[in-house]
Amino acid sequence: MSVLADLPIGTRARVTSIDGADELAMRLLEMGLTPGIEVRLVGVAPLGDPLELELRGYRLSVRRSEAARIAVDQL
Amino acid sequence: MAQRPTYTIALIGNPNTGKSTLFTALAGVRQRVGNYPGVTVEKKLGRLDLEGQPCQLVDLPGTYSLAPRSPDEMVAVDVLLGRQADVGAIDAVLSIVDAGNLERNLYLLSQVLELGVPVVVALNMGDIARSKGMQLDAARLRKQLGVPVVEVQANRRLGVAQLKSALAAAVQSNDQPAKQQSPFPEAFQREVNDLQRALSAHAIGVANRSNGQPSVATDDALPRYLVERLLLDTTGYVQTALHADGRAGGSDDVEPVAEALNAARQRLADAGIGVPAIEAQSRYAWVATVTDGVVRHPDNPVVTRSDQIDRLLTHKVWGTAVFALTMMIVFSSVFVAADPLMGFVDDVIGAMGAAVESVLAPGPFQSLVVDGMIGGVGSVLIFLPQILILFFFLSVLEDCGYMARAAYLMDKLMVRVGLSGKSFIPLLSSFACAIPGVMAARVIENRRDRLTTILVAPLMSCSARLPVYVILIGAFIPAQAYLGGLVQLQGLTLFAMYLLGIVAAAVVALVLKRTLLRGPTPPFVMELPAYKWPSPTNVVLRMADRGWAFVYRAGTLIMAVSILVWAASYYPHNSTVVRDTLQPRADALTAQIDALGADTPDRDDLVQQRDEVEHAIAAEYQRDSILGRLGHLIEPAVRPLGWDWRIGCAAIASFPAREVVMGALGVIYNLGSDIDVGDESDQERLAAQMRAARWDDSGEPVYNVPVALSIMVFFALCAQCASTLVIIRRETNSWGWPVFTFVYMTSLAYLMAMATYQIGIRLPTI
Repeated sequence: MSVLADLPIGTRARVTSIDGADELAMRLLEMGLTPGIEVRLVGVAPLGDPLELELRGYRLSVRRSEAARIAVDQL
Repeated sequence: MAQRPTYTIALIGNPNTGKSTLFTALAGVRQRVGNYPGVTVEKKLGRLDLEGQPCQLVDLPGTYSLAPRSPDEMVAVDVLLGRQADVGAIDAVLSIVDAGNLERNLYLLSQVLELGVPVVVALNMGDIARSKGMQLDAARLRKQLGVPVVEVQANRRLGVAQLKSALAAAVQSNDQPAKQQSPFPEAFQREVNDLQRALSAHAIGVANRSNGQPSVATDDALPRYLVERLLLDTTGYVQTALHADGRAGGSDDVEPVAEALNAARQRLADAGIGVPAIEAQSRYAWVATVTDGVVRHPDNPVVTRSDQIDRLLTHKVWGTAVFALTMMIVFSSVFVAADPLMGFVDDVIGAMGAAVESVLAPGPFQSLVVDGMIGGVGSVLIFLPQILILFFFLSVLEDCGYMARAAYLMDKLMVRVGLSGKSFIPLLSSFACAIPGVMAARVIENRRDRLTTILVAPLMSCSARLPVYVILIGAFIPAQAYLGGLVQLQGLTLFAMYLLGIVAAAVVALVLKRTLLRGPTPPFVMELPAYKWPSPTNVVLRMADRGWAFVYRAGTLIMAVSILVWAASYYPHNSTVVRDTLQPRADALTAQIDALGADTPDRDDLVQQRDEVEHAIAAEYQRDSILGRLGHLIEPAVRPLGWDWRIGCAAIASFPAREVVMGALGVIYNLGSDIDVGDESDQERLAAQMRAARWDDSGEPVYNVPVALSIMVFFALCAQCASTLVIIRRETNSWGWPVFTFVYMTSLAYLMAMATYQIGIRLPTI
């Protein structure tokens, strides 16, 4: 098990949990990053942060520090 | 007269679902835009006719979730629950859903369905979803959701008639909507029931304590949805908000309620139900059941056009290049295209002034109309071309989905000053003009980030500062070149002024985010919407809205300020020097000129002499005016900056708009009031006068390099722009922030100008 922020570009992973109960955790959950869902790490911004994800058929951008809160199983 | 609307319908949906387009398709282009009291949320209202019944349509801000964590987000919940007094009760909710993105869109719908109001779903952009190879079964979705679902294509106005009849049926069905099945597990629902009962009983208890009478708390019982939010909101915002307006009891009840909530959360956790994660899990599980069999994705996912564009536009090299190019095109267009329009506005205002001048007799009234009122109108309208052009580009970028990419590309840079990528475009816009920059900050959801952006935006060197820089640099900075002409000292100085603004903005932003606007880093988490063609109607409406907001709402105040400053620079207007010496001399010269024939050789000479006397009269009146006296009064304060009273006076006169400073100096130096700072020969005349200016006491030249630099530094950092301050008041919905902006910027400008001068005169090389 690892966190989404550590995965190489292009990998697919399954979300296992979101760490914390603060505003960021709520926001990630609302946007559909719920346990069991599959995400793909599409790319990274030219300056190295944030990341571009694909999940539930749409694209989402999160910072590396935010992606570190998303625990995943790499597929 | 329009009939009073019989029903009110609220339109809600995720961002980027075509919500504005649907609003226009239903209510037309006649939209009333305003603000909800006390918050900075835009209130957009329209009218529509449902089978002969006039209805009010309320557009709620685009949102992904109805889980309020700030007063701005609470507004949408209050409107939907009928608790927003200026909107009234809601008879139906129209929920727009992007067919290509059903899961995330239905998350919001699952919250809306719990509010107890009839709901109609508009399923938009099915055409795009199908073009991606998806198969969509709207009938099945309708059956599984249990509410009306109408397929629409808002941009082509398809399905609007069907949508209207569905809405008509919804608002007329007086019976409550079918009770929705709660998506939450039973244990959670039980806790909500218990809490709701406890809170209602508690409210009665409070009333009993105060007057001993039984209270009618049943009507005011907290809606079930809000009880759910209380339990789910671990940040504590909802509880604070509900206590603040007494809906969950007064301040005495804060602790008991918090204890009850924590106990309930603990019981749920023991049962394996984690708060807040349970909400997303339950709602997305519900979404999975209602979308079962509705959407079929193609077996081999097609790489869409949008994906291909995105790969290019977020590419390390190409993405950065396209971004830089786009920003350059936007900015050169603002400068190039706005310039002739601004010249045109200036000419029209000048011609109007001249026409009125020739009709009205000279005197205070003529001066009020020409200099105060028409000049005031001019100072408002002159900004309009820049605002409209900038908002044309910003609306196009927003509508086609590039705005989110700009924030994505620039985020890391902006994080260094404590902001996010969303602040980049508003701040960049401020290099053209801070007014559209401040208005563009609306896209930043987080209040602290938005305020910081608004407060530092006026530090960016806008186009109005350019004439100040150009004249002073031309007059006092030597035209030296280094490295074989590659680096010009004059160009370097101009660059330094722009850099000064950027550095100051970065430092101020950092300080604000650590002091006044301190708080946890807001989540960046941002949707990158699919690219699409911008809608011309949306673009035009947004331009018109922003232009109108500036001219109508800010314009009246700016007018008032310019009339005030006019009065200060006109009155008392009874100088004895003019009456006893200058005016008789001018009259004598006029009589001499009139006596001479048209081609007499001496005539030109006499006309020139008279002009000089008249300029001296203008200068004398200026010296003698309230403003001139203020200039004298503040001389001790501006002396450490290297300024004499004339510069101080010009600085005060330029409060409405900083570009006025050069014209004000022109009047003080006897050049007449019609000096044109854009005209090169006028610039040269003003520069010559400044070089010749002497201190009244010592006879030393007033201007040298340190003085010129100190003036430039002051104008680079000061808040001498009434329009910007008024628009900050409008966007922040408070007078406190523009006052704060003025105070901090003026102090910063004063200190930096003083440092520049004091260091400058001690350097031997200059």
